[in-house]
Amino acid sequence: MALPKMVVRSKVLANELIGPLVWRLTLSAPQIAAVAKPGQFVHVRVMDSLAPLLRRPISIAEVYAAEGTISLIYRVVGQGSAIMAEAKPGSELDLMGPLGNGFSLEAERPLLVGGGIGLAPLVYLAQALCPRPVTILMGGRTKEEMYWQDIFKNLCQNIYITTDDGSLGQQGFTVDALDDILAKGNFDFVYSCGPRPMLAGVARLAKLHNVLCQVSLEDYMACGVGACLSCTCAGNDGKRRKICSDGPVFMAGEVLD
Amino acid sequence: MLAVNIAGIKMKTPVMTASGTFGFGPEYSEFVDLNRLGAIVVKGTTLLSRTGNFGRRIAETPAGMLNSIGLENPGADEFLTMTLPKLAKYDVPIIVNISGNTVEEYGKMATKLSVSGVAGLELNISCPNVKQGGIAFGTDPASAAAVVCEVKKNTSIPVIVKLSPNVTDIVAMAKTVEEAGADAVSLINTLLGMAIDTASWRPVLGNIVGGLSGPAVKPVALRMVWQVAKAVKVPVIGMGGIMTAQDAVEFLLAGASAVAVGTANFVNPYASVDVAEGIKDYLRVRGLSDVRQLVGRVNDNIV
Ligand SMILES: Cc1cc2nc3c(=O)[nH]c(=O)nc-3n(C[C@H](O)[C@H](O)[C@H](O)COP(=O)(O)OP(=O)(O)OC[C@H]3O[C@@H](n4cnc5c(N)ncnc54)[C@H](O)[C@@H]3O)c2cc1C
Ligand SMILES: Cc1cc2nc3c(=O)[nH]c(=O)nc-3n(C[C@H](O)[C@H](O)[C@H](O)COP(=O)(O)O)c2cc1C
Ligand code: FES
Repeated sequence: MALPKMVVRSKVLANELIGPLVWRLTLSAPQIAAVAKPGQFVHVRVMDSLAPLLRRPISIAEVYAAEGTISLIYRVVGQGSAIMAEAKPGSELDLMGPLGNGFSLEAERPLLVGGGIGLAPLVYLAQALCPRPVTILMGGRTKEEMYWQDIFKNLCQNIYITTDDGSLGQQGFTVDALDDILAKGNFDFVYSCGPRPMLAGVARLAKLHNVLCQVSLEDYMACGVGACLSCTCAGNDGKRRKICSDGPVFMAGEVLD
Repeated sequence: MLAVNIAGIKMKTPVMTASGTFGFGPEYSEFVDLNRLGAIVVKGTTLLSRTGNFGRRIAETPAGMLNSIGLENPGADEFLTMTLPKLAKYDVPIIVNISGNTVEEYGKMATKLSVSGVAGLELNISCPNVKQGGIAFGTDPASAAAVVCEVKKNTSIPVIVKLSPNVTDIVAMAKTVEEAGADAVSLINTLLGMAIDTASWRPVLGNIVGGLSGPAVKPVALRMVWQVAKAVKVPVIGMGGIMTAQDAVEFLLAGASAVAVGTANFVNPYASVDVAEGIKDYLRVRGLSDVRQLVGRVNDNIV
């Protein structure tokens, strides 16, 4: 019987350092590339051994359907991501996915707002929204973290940058710059991924400016498919949501104030 | 070759899914043909819905994981009206894992859930993640017996009692619930554990403590299954750290008549069918025709 979701062994094509502790892993995964939507993720088994045991959820950052390749952009933060950074071209990686629900692609004049590694899923979103005019507001701690500019410059018409230390773009957080951008921009959709406080701020401002807003949430995940209930949160309608299978992308009003 | 009958529940294979690790079944239906499972044991269900514990609910540990989900579930009524009808199209026994705050609640749930489509009840008297009930019933033989009696009074479908490993004498517990009327016992539930973040000096889990599962617990689970299987007449369902068919065969040899796959589903979503297929291969290689030829056959005579 042909079942729609899969676990695939994908070949590592490249694995390169693109910024401080951040890597881009390019994989041959034609089955996933053929169906993946922006905002979906893969559940990566970093090693075939019993430790580390659990899979790691990583967003699909780029898709080249014609070539059958995808890329993941990930930050080394612990054991599993450190093992991923060791993956050599030619080796294989076990991927489960694509999992979760992606972003809506209805926007005509989209604004993307991303902070830190939360920018990863927005790359594929920007790819998918092209040739519509895409504007992005990206935030990081310092200019060293803004290697993202190189990735987004061919995908976005306008790029706004904030850094915590002011070393590039406007000093402060993305949310500090967002009010102005929304006021000037005539956007019809805001898409956001990043730290929770940022998402809350983005959602609040989008609502204030009457613009539809989707956010991508994250949580610790075991199964990735809605079976273990490690990743649930409360929806504003009183019903529970599983971030892995009901999300990770939600309409902001569904899960944030 | 693989078919077994556990307390009247007819299963195509001896491999079931462990409660809380396979949702209600459909969550994995895009990976696994549910018709090929021995039985689906659904997520722990309570009389009223529960939102579960706050904060971080899982932590990876060496070859294992801690969870403190806290029995989040939509409640028995929603299970009956929303979930059970969706499971009707699958040809697989559905076993409902139930948890109560009081002895009476277990009885009420037994009545409610004894409907067509439910092949059996598994009494969770061993959940380490809830304040009331749960493990309290599983560590005190008198309370455990009371729960089993109350459930048996209120249902005629098979009753499996799920035992906690967090006791000093699992054999005494197993014998007590057998005497009280259990039709089968399953073990082990998770082992109570903890993890601490050395950067923040805080417990990793929001609930501070949680239940350990996965390969790390297998030797403990196997030992307990072996002890219990020797002491009771009712069938034993073995679980705890089963990742492969080899692991399952160990449990069968130790005396389990069926096994359940839990944490392994998270790592390999095909684990439940892979294990069943692997048992079949093992039987073939060993020239055996029936999985029951393995049950309890560990050669543990000291010469
Ligand atoms: C839907 C989703 C998409 C994600 N996309 C990306 C991405 O594109 N790029 C990226 O760098 N990171 C992403 N993350 C975060 C990523 O999953 C974690 O950084 C990663 O799991 C850390 O693993 P580790 O073994 O290196 O860290 P450790 O701290 O050693 O991991 C221990 C355990 O905690 C879990 N964990 C640790 N941090 C996180 C976290 N922030 N979120 C969820 N689980 C965590 C691990 O999966 C593992 O089970 C995403 C998370 C989710 C939920
Ligand atoms: C995330 C998670 C949730 C669980 N929820 C339940 C539950 O609701 N009821 C129950 O009886 N056992 C529950 N368990 C215990 C498992 O059913 C099983 O007994 C235990 O995990 C050992 O098997 P394993 O090592 O194969 O996972 C849960 C385990 C995990 C990992
Ligand atoms: S990770 Fe298991 S339910 Fe979301």
